[in-house]
Amino acid sequence: MAVLQQDHQAARAGSAPRRITPLGVLYLVLFLLGLLAPWVAYPVFLMKILCFALFASAFNLLLGFVGLLSFGHAAFLATGAYITGFLLAEYPGLSPALGIVAGTLGAVVLGTLFGALAIRRQGIYFAMITLALAQMMFFFFIQAPFTHGEDGLHGVPRGELFGVFDLANNHTLYYFVFAIFVAAFALIRRVVHSPFGQVLKAIRENEPRAISLGYHTDAYKLVAFVLSAGLAGLAGATKTLVFQLASLGDASWHMSGEVILMTLLGGVGTLLGPLVGSGLVIGLQHQLAQSALGDWVSVILGAIFVVCVLSFRSGIIGECQRWIARRQQREDK
Amino acid sequence: MTMIFGIPLMVLFGQLMLGLINGAFYALLSLGLAVIFGLLRIINFAHGAQYMLGAFAALLGAQYLGLNYWAALIVVPLVVGALGIVVERLLLRRIQHLDHLYGLLLTFGLALIFEGTLVNLFGVSGSSYPIPEALSGGFKLSFMFLPTYRAWVLVAALVVCFGVWFLIERTRLGAYLRAGTENPELVQAFGINVPLMVSLTYGLGVALAAFAGVLAAPLYPVSPTMGSSLLIVVFAVVVIGGMGSILGAILTGLAMGLIEGLTKVFYPEAANTVIFVVMVMVLMLRPAGLFGKEA
Amino acid sequence: MHATASCNATATSNATATSNATPVASPLSRRITAATRRRLLPLSALMMGSLLSAGIAQADISDGVIKIGYLADMSGTYRDLAGPGGLDALKMAVEDFGGSVNGMPIEVLSADDRNSADVGANTVRGWIDQQNVDMVAGLVASSVSIAVTRILAEQDTLGIVSGSAASSITNEHCTPNHVHWVYDTYPLAHGTAKAIVDEGGDSWFLLTADYAFGHALEGDVEKVVNENGGTIVGKVRHPFPTSDFSSYILQAQGSGAKIVGLANAGSDTVNALTTASQFGVVQAGQSLAGLLIFLNDVHALGLEVAQGLQLTTGWYWDLNDETRAWSQRYHERNERKPTMVQAGIYSSTLHYLNAVAATGSDDTATVRAKMGETPVNDMFANNGTIRADGRMVHDMYLVKVKAPSDSQGEWDVYDVIRTIPGAEAYRPLADSQCELVKG
Repeated sequence: MAVLQQDHQAARAGSAPRRITPLGVLYLVLFLLGLLAPWVAYPVFLMKILCFALFASAFNLLLGFVGLLSFGHAAFLATGAYITGFLLAEYPGLSPALGIVAGTLGAVVLGTLFGALAIRRQGIYFAMITLALAQMMFFFFIQAPFTHGEDGLHGVPRGELFGVFDLANNHTLYYFVFAIFVAAFALIRRVVHSPFGQVLKAIRENEPRAISLGYHTDAYKLVAFVLSAGLAGLAGATKTLVFQLASLGDASWHMSGEVILMTLLGGVGTLLGPLVGSGLVIGLQHQLAQSALGDWVSVILGAIFVVCVLSFRSGIIGECQRWIARRQQREDK
Repeated sequence: MTMIFGIPLMVLFGQLMLGLINGAFYALLSLGLAVIFGLLRIINFAHGAQYMLGAFAALLGAQYLGLNYWAALIVVPLVVGALGIVVERLLLRRIQHLDHLYGLLLTFGLALIFEGTLVNLFGVSGSSYPIPEALSGGFKLSFMFLPTYRAWVLVAALVVCFGVWFLIERTRLGAYLRAGTENPELVQAFGINVPLMVSLTYGLGVALAAFAGVLAAPLYPVSPTMGSSLLIVVFAVVVIGGMGSILGAILTGLAMGLIEGLTKVFYPEAANTVIFVVMVMVLMLRPAGLFGKEA
Repeated sequence: MHATASCNATATSNATATSNATPVASPLSRRITAATRRRLLPLSALMMGSLLSAGIAQADISDGVIKIGYLADMSGTYRDLAGPGGLDALKMAVEDFGGSVNGMPIEVLSADDRNSADVGANTVRGWIDQQNVDMVAGLVASSVSIAVTRILAEQDTLGIVSGSAASSITNEHCTPNHVHWVYDTYPLAHGTAKAIVDEGGDSWFLLTADYAFGHALEGDVEKVVNENGGTIVGKVRHPFPTSDFSSYILQAQGSGAKIVGLANAGSDTVNALTTASQFGVVQAGQSLAGLLIFLNDVHALGLEVAQGLQLTTGWYWDLNDETRAWSQRYHERNERKPTMVQAGIYSSTLHYLNAVAATGSDDTATVRAKMGETPVNDMFANNGTIRADGRMVHDMYLVKVKAPSDSQGEWDVYDVIRTIPGAEAYRPLADSQCELVKG
């Protein structure tokens, strides 16, 4: 799986001790941009990007840092979305924060079950197993009464956060979603750069060697899987709050495919790749849906897939990192 | 009348027969996947789309070229298989040195392109392909009315499945193929053109999918989305069987058809999920799959 | 809810504008176009583009343009039912109206909802927040329609649902902001089931799609069959979606029922009918009843398979000279005959534009009230009326699919057996759960 990432650069920069690094400046700029964005752009659109960026980051944690390609992450997104949607719609007084927590926990439980099964096989089998399990969940969601099948869950109230902030206001909700995203992003970054994350990377590079070094690689993989599933559930739960609905589309295999595309395009194994990738894919879908090319969305996404795999495997952020690395090498000389 | 769990035995026979026919499709498709996987080590996500292309080629051939069913059964797999070889030469070959997951992603992208293009050209409602004259009507068996075409599908699929098994397990060409699976460098050193073999193998796998597509055309509406949902079930079948053996792929496909058929009688609500449930059980008891070799 | 973006520049539309719409050529719009041209920063050109166009909000409501947003499935399962053809029907209505209302240009936006409720809801939210769209048309998948009508109610914008089947859209999900134009499951199930029982088809076996929609349809049919003296001898719930119906058809054959009723829709119905034909269900003496079948389904099935099937439809292209004339025009532009949904989109758009012209307003409540006062008389409906719950009540038609030998052409597929008066066809207001009409 060694080919799937090039984030040594990021790892090196990230592990640098308390010193203002270019990367730190970049994060700060992005953070400030994130704070200002809703006053320039349409907040609901931005929130959609953030939700999918979180979803893609969760997926990337598994593919980019453990080398496991899950083709069934939609199941976790949908589980989070449906549980949160159901609770908030059925118990109107419930705090949205609690609803989101419940949705995330639901995804964690499902992630534990699926993870325990799926990590029994590697590589291509892992992808097929996760895809099949997610499809099973898709059929479950169609038949289960609480999801309202094809119609989906609608009119989920956004409610008030901590009884103070009225989330019905798009701007208020935006900052809530932004806070969730930043927290999750910080968590992922922390995990990736922790000793735990180093073991994950060791597994990705060479699992037999990691085993021979005495690591219970299955346990590590399971924890990473559950973490990824939980974060995907968090993305789904947050998405439900933004759109006030949860629907079958979240559970379909197209969704699992889209999140792969976002990650691949942005850069597998990079921290910022999923954010860039989701922004591009969502932006592209938004533009295409309203243009004459609207009918060709899936063909265009497929073509991007092919191009990415053939000649753009590092993704946008990956290519940027390579470019920076090359420049630094030249400066070093 | 003899009853089993409240179901007349006769009805049960009928359902098993139908299950077997569905199983024949699973067997054909998982066989194709296994053949491709054997040499290329990739999972062909475009398999469902290629099955769909087979059905469409038969339909369009009939509409515009006057191609009859029997000709389509021969010509379409060749044409779609040739298209597969082009895909292998132009695209898959360029990533063969990479992680095999890239093959899965590339073919996934191809599946989206094929499906999306045909949706734009032909819509999604699907069209019907007439059952050939010689195979219309049916047999009045003691336990069911068996349409002749379905009986033919079962026979044709089984013949092709075991033909491929024979080709790979019992002929010289198959021996090269199996050797190539084990150690491509060594086989190359013996003067066998491995890249050509890889192309032909991919072509064969794709042709099998297209053949299944032609067989399916008169049974189901021919629509651009007919392949994708079927493919996920076939993936589960492949996980259950493990991709270690050709025969394993065939037998697992047939068995899953039977199990699904029984579910439709006793608990139809679960008919869509039963194969996935079996997959979960197999993963718990025998992770390598029923016929799998590698861990 | 929704404080919308606070910057207030006037925007041009970034969506497909119709042929006839005259763009507002203000200095501001030129500025935007210039800005658009500058979108070529590498890497994030696309993203910035969306952000840019997404960030601009409207200054005032009566902006001198009537904007209609067409939202439908343009690429998925329901493409042939409404899809691009529905958009063209809408454009035909705008053209026939002259391209402007009282001197104000009419602009048409369109988007693909990809049958996803959140894509649909998000698109409509954006249209209202940023483009000041006055009316949303199309609306096919029921999940999308329900999600969108909620937003329309929140944002006080008008919607006309033409494609959806769910009768709940004007029942428990009714709002003062939307109208349901063409059909719903209530007349489809009732019209077909009652007619068949009356003809002596009194024992039924039901194939039900196992999800909320199928269950609702199953309930409707059971009620009608029982009320009219028939019996349900058995039923089987098949997963949704199902491609292989042979097993269920075999069970239906074993039941001995006279009628095999299909409480499912779309590809499930098509698959069930194909399979039934192969297993000789009709030859063996049973009849089939499809409850939700459209012209494009019958066309896809072919008459060989579909012949003899009875179904209820809201409109058919070959009803009279007027429908034939309009359908001919449509056929020339789209190379196929219009479905009832596409015809309904044309009819409802004209009705809406007439109301706007008559009131000289684009205010939702005013226009909606005017639409309700005016009877619908056009090639689609004869004296149709819009009720307080939003249901457009018009005559429905019980039809029978022709045998191949009786068909004069590719699209000559139905014999009209009976016209079901609107008042008899649709759910009576007395049974309604709609908050707007409940006493």
